[in-house]
Amino acid sequence: MSVPQSWTPVTSADTAVPSHDQVVAGLKATDEGGADLVQLLTPEGERVTDPRFDRYAADIDLDTLKNLYRDMVLVRRFDREGNALQRQGQLGIWVPLLGQEAAQVGSGRALAPQDMAFPSYREHGVAWTRGVDPTDLLGIFRGTDHGTWDPIEKRFHLYTIVIGNQCLNATGYAMGQKFEGKVGDGSDAEATICYFGDGATSQGDVHEGFVWAAVYDAPVVFYCQNNQWAISEPTERQTRVPLYKRAQGYGFPGIRVDGNDVLACLAVTRWALEECRTGNGPVLVEAFTYRMDAHTTSDDPTRYRLADELELWKLKDPIERVRVNLVREHGVEQGFFDGIQAEADELAARFRQFCVDMPPPAPDRMFSKVYAEPSPTLEAQREAFLAYHASFEGA
Amino acid sequence: MAVLTMAKAINDGLRAAMERDPKVLVMGEDVGKLGGVFRVTDGLQKDFGEQRVLDTPLAESGIIGTAVGLAIRGFRPVCEIQFDGFVFPGYDQIVSQLAKLHFRSQGKVPMPVVVRIPFGGGIGAVEHHSESPEALFAHVAGLKVVACSNADDAYWMIQQAIASDDPVIFFEPKRRYWDKAEVDVSATPPPLHTSRLVRPGSALTLVGYGPVLKTCLEAATAAAADGTELEVIDLRTLSPLDLDPVFDSVRRTGRLVVVAEAPSEVSVAAEVAARVQEQCFHSLEAPVLRVTGFDTPYPPSKCEEDFLPDLDRVLDAVDRSLGW
Repeated sequence: MSVPQSWTPVTSADTAVPSHDQVVAGLKATDEGGADLVQLLTPEGERVTDPRFDRYAADIDLDTLKNLYRDMVLVRRFDREGNALQRQGQLGIWVPLLGQEAAQVGSGRALAPQDMAFPSYREHGVAWTRGVDPTDLLGIFRGTDHGTWDPIEKRFHLYTIVIGNQCLNATGYAMGQKFEGKVGDGSDAEATICYFGDGATSQGDVHEGFVWAAVYDAPVVFYCQNNQWAISEPTERQTRVPLYKRAQGYGFPGIRVDGNDVLACLAVTRWALEECRTGNGPVLVEAFTYRMDAHTTSDDPTRYRLADELELWKLKDPIERVRVNLVREHGVEQGFFDGIQAEADELAARFRQFCVDMPPPAPDRMFSKVYAEPSPTLEAQREAFLAYHASFEGA
Repeated sequence: MAVLTMAKAINDGLRAAMERDPKVLVMGEDVGKLGGVFRVTDGLQKDFGEQRVLDTPLAESGIIGTAVGLAIRGFRPVCEIQFDGFVFPGYDQIVSQLAKLHFRSQGKVPMPVVVRIPFGGGIGAVEHHSESPEALFAHVAGLKVVACSNADDAYWMIQQAIASDDPVIFFEPKRRYWDKAEVDVSATPPPLHTSRLVRPGSALTLVGYGPVLKTCLEAATAAAADGTELEVIDLRTLSPLDLDPVFDSVRRTGRLVVVAEAPSEVSVAAEVAARVQEQCFHSLEAPVLRVTGFDTPYPPSKCEEDFLPDLDRVLDAVDRSLGW
């Protein structure tokens, strides 16, 4: 069977509308590498060079690489624990990131302390890099709160569940950075990164975010984790052209990085943030990756995708390629990996214990902090509810 | 004491707020060079620059969504939605982010954003330029909603809304933009979320807000000529409602007519009626009546005289209540 040629929107009359095969071929054109895919570490663990981005990874020494490995193993471990806790009834739902560890850890570790990140709801790995304790995520999925970290202190906004909303919020925040004079060559220069998925690119808010960021030269990196699936809908349900190419139409650079390559994600995001901090933003990064698990614990991917696809992506696992590289190119001993695994298991145990020990929220939790300046109407409602609630005491 | 149109009073209020706090931004479509289609922001960009008065791209979700981000950064954006019927592309950001971030963050991320919306009909406009969507916002927890009815209130209320750490949806009655009134810039205004008794009377309580307040006062004048003294209350705040003055009044008069331009079903007027029957049941001499727009889409402008509550419809309701 011949491989379908990908389609490009040209004027030649007979290709005005692409076939389905042409669209899919275009979307996956860099799947195995290729000129447009930035890669520094192959799926086989071989360090390869990239003339444009090598310098953004030049300072990555063995210790740093080990730390990136550790980040990814720990993040994957507590992510798996989240799945297990849901299956055991301790969480209402969990949103797994399995397969996206490199895309998240690589980009998250590119951030400077003063940079701001706006996540969607799957960015547990980015949360980790911002110093948000994994237990701070649990309340969202156990139903006790909507996230307990301080988004200003951690420079990591609360999870945004409405698809694409955060692209405008991030753009506004980045405009504020610019208005405050934080864009430029100074050491206090700042940028913002906004996380969203391939499905979100169909949302109007993402389009508007691109428009606004472009006309205000906002220092924002739009970081799209294209994990190939928006619940059951493949990328060809969202677009005819590869997502990174959309940036051109808005007037800023777009780049596709191997989202399972932590070094490439780190290097490309460092570059993109530097562009933004120095006044050349915005930038679109498409991290080409794969959601190896379900959309959430409520989802059943067997209804819409083939197991073969997952098997292919397992060969590109983001963690395994770093392990292979550490062993083959750096001679790292098994003891290191055992140590990280033990640390990961300890983290998972702490994560689990914290979860099962979480107290239910107080009865009047729902009335808390609805407003900054209390509403007399709501206060009266709270008092009436508490009196009603108290009437059952001793009954 | 200055005599100002409501549009100028809001302009002066915005200017005062911007002078007081450099974090206050004005943003919206055509608010800069043009000064807004109603000239409410006239001259502000010239005096405060393009980084404080932003002519935005033409996208309401973008206006609200970026204002949310600017507020996270510590700014106090004042967004203008050009016309009531254009707010809906921004409704998602208002409901999902603006209204909920303070609650979601348990107070760590306040949302001091004002969304100004010229609302209501009576200007002979095309579709989507004459709507009264206040109930859609008053129903949303986390938002505060106010409507001014005169220049003096407008001057103070816009400044109070900007000073609030909660998001405030600020409804401006566009057909009253050019009505003049005395504005006392040295006064101490009442708190933002208070209603106000504007004309005392003993026979019946008339409650309104925004553009119909003038209609209510005209009705009270007409009724007084017939020897019937109507008490008129301007709600001013639609969320939270401040109904204690209404309860006090109804306990004295025994009768209530609520007037609004918005359709009546599941409306602010309906909430007032429900709460009054809860609190004043034994004082009521007649059912609470509502005089409102009809439960239709806002009609073509040649029909709007019939759609909008006018003097005769208000007096008709007053007669029905008094004749109960």
